[in-house]
Amino acid sequence: MDTIQLLISGIANGCIYGLIALGFVLIYKASESVNFAQGDMMILGAFLAIALINANQADLPFLLGLAIAGASLGLFAYLLDALLLRRVFGQPQLTMVVLTIALGFVLRFVIGAIWGHDPVGLETPIAGQRLSAGGLTIPVIDAVIIATTVVLVAVLWLFFARTRLGLAMQASSQNQMAAYYMGIPVKRVVSLVWAMSGVVAAIAGVLFAAKGAVEPSAGLVFGIKAFAAAVIGGLGSLPGALAGGLLIGIMEPFAARHLPSHVAQVSPYALMLLVLILRPSGLFAQVRQKKV
Amino acid sequence: MSKPRFKTSYDADIDRFQGSWHRAQYLILILLALLAPWLLGSYYVGELSSVLVWSMAGMGVMLLVGHTGQVSLGHAAFMAIGAFVHLALMLRGWHFVPALMVATLASGVSGALLARPILRLSGIYLAIATLALGILVEDLAIVAEPVTGGVRGLVAPPIELFGMTIDRHGTPVAFYYLCLALVVLVTLAYANLLRSPTGRAFIAVRDSEISARALGVNVIRTKTLAFALSCAITGLAGALYAHLVQAVNFESFLVIISIALLLQVIVGGLGSIHGAFFGAVVIVVLPQGIAIGRDVLADVGIRVAAFPGLDMAVFALIIIVLMVLEPRGLYGVWLRVRTWFELFPLYRKGLFRRARSYLKTERLK
Repeated sequence: MDTIQLLISGIANGCIYGLIALGFVLIYKASESVNFAQGDMMILGAFLAIALINANQADLPFLLGLAIAGASLGLFAYLLDALLLRRVFGQPQLTMVVLTIALGFVLRFVIGAIWGHDPVGLETPIAGQRLSAGGLTIPVIDAVIIATTVVLVAVLWLFFARTRLGLAMQASSQNQMAAYYMGIPVKRVVSLVWAMSGVVAAIAGVLFAAKGAVEPSAGLVFGIKAFAAAVIGGLGSLPGALAGGLLIGIMEPFAARHLPSHVAQVSPYALMLLVLILRPSGLFAQVRQKKV
Repeated sequence: MSKPRFKTSYDADIDRFQGSWHRAQYLILILLALLAPWLLGSYYVGELSSVLVWSMAGMGVMLLVGHTGQVSLGHAAFMAIGAFVHLALMLRGWHFVPALMVATLASGVSGALLARPILRLSGIYLAIATLALGILVEDLAIVAEPVTGGVRGLVAPPIELFGMTIDRHGTPVAFYYLCLALVVLVTLAYANLLRSPTGRAFIAVRDSEISARALGVNVIRTKTLAFALSCAITGLAGALYAHLVQAVNFESFLVIISIALLLQVIVGGLGSIHGAFFGAVVIVVLPQGIAIGRDVLADVGIRVAAFPGLDMAVFALIIIVLMVLEPRGLYGVWLRVRTWFELFPLYRKGLFRRARSYLKTERLK
């Protein structure tokens, strides 16, 4: 019984990792680079939602606040790409990596300067409620997290597989020049992908803040962990990101229980290193050996 | 400024200095560095030592990232190995010099051992793997208590050298000269390396692995060697850093230091030894500058709240501006300014424009 309880809580955590990892994957799909500021964008989303929803702040209705937070983070990410990141378009990958690392530092500082460095939680209508079934008690929030994630991944998967815009995104991520020749507005499409990853980050942030408390510095740690998830799944694969997130989420509580604390702490990274060495392109590989 | 426009011998191609003026510039620089303790107060001599130590670490990263094109986000790990091995040996009664050599060797060898599995990856994946390595070493520094002193860490003993006792606080000038000597040695070795076939192979691998292989460069061996050398230099810097800050524990080499190191060489300018030094100057001067700026504002009557992490945020902003405007960092800016003066009035705007490359993925979907 205990094990199942641990498992469910691990799955819920894993879903949040998976959601941030989804953000990584979206950006990677669009520009073959990694957004190291993804964790900080998630924290930004969480703090926006807190500022809009909590009773001692703006005190908006829960869903309205949620929608505003998601939309504004999407807009933020769109503008970020359109105004800043687009300028390094066509330069080596490292440029983008460094730029997003630097952005993460700036975001973390701004969040800390505005909202302080104390951990804050998001007030939700479902706080503290529990579902009991057959001797198991599950916090409602865990169930909500799992359900949201499943729905979101399904929607994204359908979007990429079925819609014209989704196909355009895939095309421009695979060969920018060819996509441009086919009449796809590559720059705008990439910005839209950024907007999507912003919205996903906001959702992840809200769920994270509803489950526990957030603080500005959590972005780095969470970002790196979610990054590990994305890598384990194979950057570039949406189901892979979720699987990687789940794997890390489930592994953590069990490692914490059964292994010495030092080992448990680094287990996600050790797993990532192992996957990278044994199967460099992740569990859901999408890369072939380069042919000359 | 007389620059030889024509080369009159084949050796001119690989000469370390282009002409006597070029050599004179570096002699002046060395002279200034030697005279610095008389020109500056003892506090600034300490800061200068710090610049030298970070330059050394920067050179380690530069060799790998700037000249071999392999991104590392975990080099603080090798600083840690250098620092802990060095201090552990010195505390067991070893003399400074052999301890330093063994520490350098240890980080180099551990770099070489790790390079084999890790360097099969490239680009972002390599960055991620080294990042994971950096995080693992943080915890390893606590677990390996016999060497690292566990959570409490180690305290650096004073250095006994040539019958002198060198201590960062007791004799800052002597410590400065020690750092200067080591940095000059490493810089010379680095500059010579780049003129040798090995260094050329590094650059060839950076520019195109496929072409390098076609030209007969053993890519895996070259990358491993670059990783090992880079780790050795970084380890040496770590050992010096331990003497600079006097006490190290697991928190001295957090993953954030690795990230800062990478950002440092990028601010300085990838692909140039100068860049490592420029970046180190920025890293050391920036927090000082912010503190001074805050004092000045306070004198005028504007109180700036002490935001934690302000210096890192300003540093990050500088990076963002540089990345967008001049991706080759401060060295690139310096190059432009110098060229402007050399070519005056013939400088053209697009002289340093870079070719863009458009993304073609190797993913299947």
